[in-house]
Amino acid sequence: MFSETILLSLREIRRNLMRSSLTILGIVIGVAAVITMVTLGRGATAQVASDITKLGTNLLQVRPGQDRHGPGGTHSTGDMFKAKDAEAIAQEIFGLSAVAPIASKTIQSIYGNENWSTTVTGSTNAYLQVSNWLIESGRQFMESELRAGKAVCILGTTVRDKLFGGQNPIGATIRLGKLSCNVIGVLNSKGQSSFGTDQDDFVLIPLRMLQRRIAGNSDVSRILVSAQDGVSTKKVEQDIEQLMRQRRHILPGKDDDFHVRDMQELVSTMTGTTRVLTGLLGAVAAVSLLVGGIGIMNIMLVSVTERTREIGIRLAIGALERDVLMQFLVEAVVLSSFGGVIGIVLGISAAAVGAIVLAVPFIFDPGIIVIAFVFSAAVGVVFGYFPARQAGQMDPIEALRYE
Amino acid sequence: MKTTTSTQTGKHCLIELKGVTKVYGEGPAAMHALQGIDLRIGQGEFVAVMGPSGSGKSTCMNILGCLDTPSSGVHLFEGIDVGKLSRDERALLRRHYLGFVFQGFNLLNRTSALENVELPLIYRGTPAGERRVRALEALEAVGLTGWETHTPGELSGGQQQRVAIARAIVTNPKVLLADEPTGNLDSARSREIMKVLAAFNSERGITIAMVTHDADIAVYAKRIIRFFDGSIDSEEEKPGTD
Repeated sequence: MFSETILLSLREIRRNLMRSSLTILGIVIGVAAVITMVTLGRGATAQVASDITKLGTNLLQVRPGQDRHGPGGTHSTGDMFKAKDAEAIAQEIFGLSAVAPIASKTIQSIYGNENWSTTVTGSTNAYLQVSNWLIESGRQFMESELRAGKAVCILGTTVRDKLFGGQNPIGATIRLGKLSCNVIGVLNSKGQSSFGTDQDDFVLIPLRMLQRRIAGNSDVSRILVSAQDGVSTKKVEQDIEQLMRQRRHILPGKDDDFHVRDMQELVSTMTGTTRVLTGLLGAVAAVSLLVGGIGIMNIMLVSVTERTREIGIRLAIGALERDVLMQFLVEAVVLSSFGGVIGIVLGISAAAVGAIVLAVPFIFDPGIIVIAFVFSAAVGVVFGYFPARQAGQMDPIEALRYE
Repeated sequence: MKTTTSTQTGKHCLIELKGVTKVYGEGPAAMHALQGIDLRIGQGEFVAVMGPSGSGKSTCMNILGCLDTPSSGVHLFEGIDVGKLSRDERALLRRHYLGFVFQGFNLLNRTSALENVELPLIYRGTPAGERRVRALEALEAVGLTGWETHTPGELSGGQQQRVAIARAIVTNPKVLLADEPTGNLDSARSREIMKVLAAFNSERGITIAMVTHDADIAVYAKRIIRFFDGSIDSEEEKPGTD
């Protein structure tokens, strides 16, 4: 009897093919939108996580000053660090793989007729390690160059492209502001960060060179610390805080005038944000699914009215109220499930294309497909029930008289 | 023909109406469609119900067909008080014991003759194979072999009504209720339909109750009941005719 009902509903849907397709359009769009949004959102979340991981794993950042938000929040600026602070961290704290003192300045870089405003970062080879940079061509700094603050530089690919185009920059001399500087290497490309900034747009030079010849001081604006695998970043964070308090002579009970930030926390914060955004987008898309459900109810009501006579005939020859109710309910569910299936196929296709366009990974999740399908069928049940009940409760005499 | 007041035919009584009234609406606007009907229909009878429009004959047929219940009075079907049954119980009564033929044929459009005839068997839960065999038999009985796959739109009025009769008798009902079965047909087609109905009555013993306002059609029945203003005006029996 149930298979009869499904066959019957399929036949009925085929009979009104045009109308049926229009009816399920709402569901198709709704399901497709939900799947596209959620799939792309998951891709973006994964992208953000991997981008931040690219900044360096087990990474901690030490900065002078204190950012405190919330009620009574204050912003204090502490004194800049010195190169000695980084050395102290490297020597005294256990479980670190690299410590990179960093100072930077925005400056004009010039080669031949080309010039490009970029960030010059002064640091050591440790910077390459903590930030996961690889040398694409050329070499890293030599110990003697770092110590002497020699005028050598390693280019990010954006700077290389802007100044040299396709040419090989190794061995060439560029100008950074007024200084001549020998190019000894080029970094691999990291591309855009998930914050939308170009990570390849910078020039790396020895810290001493930046301090002495560009900035004219001995400041270090931040220190990047990377912990060894398996070492708790929490522990390292506490150790650094303790050490820096000592070195900066902060009395017990006084607030730090510097802060240590664990990048792992940043990862979870950022992925948390994209996850919330994904949820919101999915919710908006789900509203269109609801609208699609109302569309189904609308058409089912029209269909019930239009088929009043048929309902009358069925009731007269012995159909029970629930037989007729089931017939229309099954029809609504079959319709909406159809819409769900088409929407799933469309949504996945759209997400696959969108993933390429937005350059985020395409993450296929079977769970969301099951949920989408079940949900679309449920839409059919919910919105099909009212019209179906109306059909079942018709008075056969009235229904047979209906023109 | 003789006019009788006695309705007792001596046969097994299948349907009995006792003091049945039907009122539509309430208060001063109330319309008394039936005003105390007493009627007995025995097993194997062929009864024609006649009367002018608004005389209550269609209301009476709806009650006999268990589609409607009396406002007061008793409607017994095989001794069961139909008025006390639920909507679904009446539907089951219709499903298992009654067959309907309507003036407007009332076939499912865009559905083949065979499927139309199979429809009541579907609700009876008859397996597909048996359903098909019985539907084909029913169509053969009304002389429509070869037309099984045609939809109502492709059939003439007479043929459509024969499909409707096949649908009504495919379940071997105890009673066949026909409401103006020839109302939409010309006289030649009407006579064919009446012959088919009369044959089912005499050969298979199916009890038939038929509403008509056409005296030429009513002659096929064995008993004629005339309605007037919601009451039975007269009854006549025709012994010896078929």
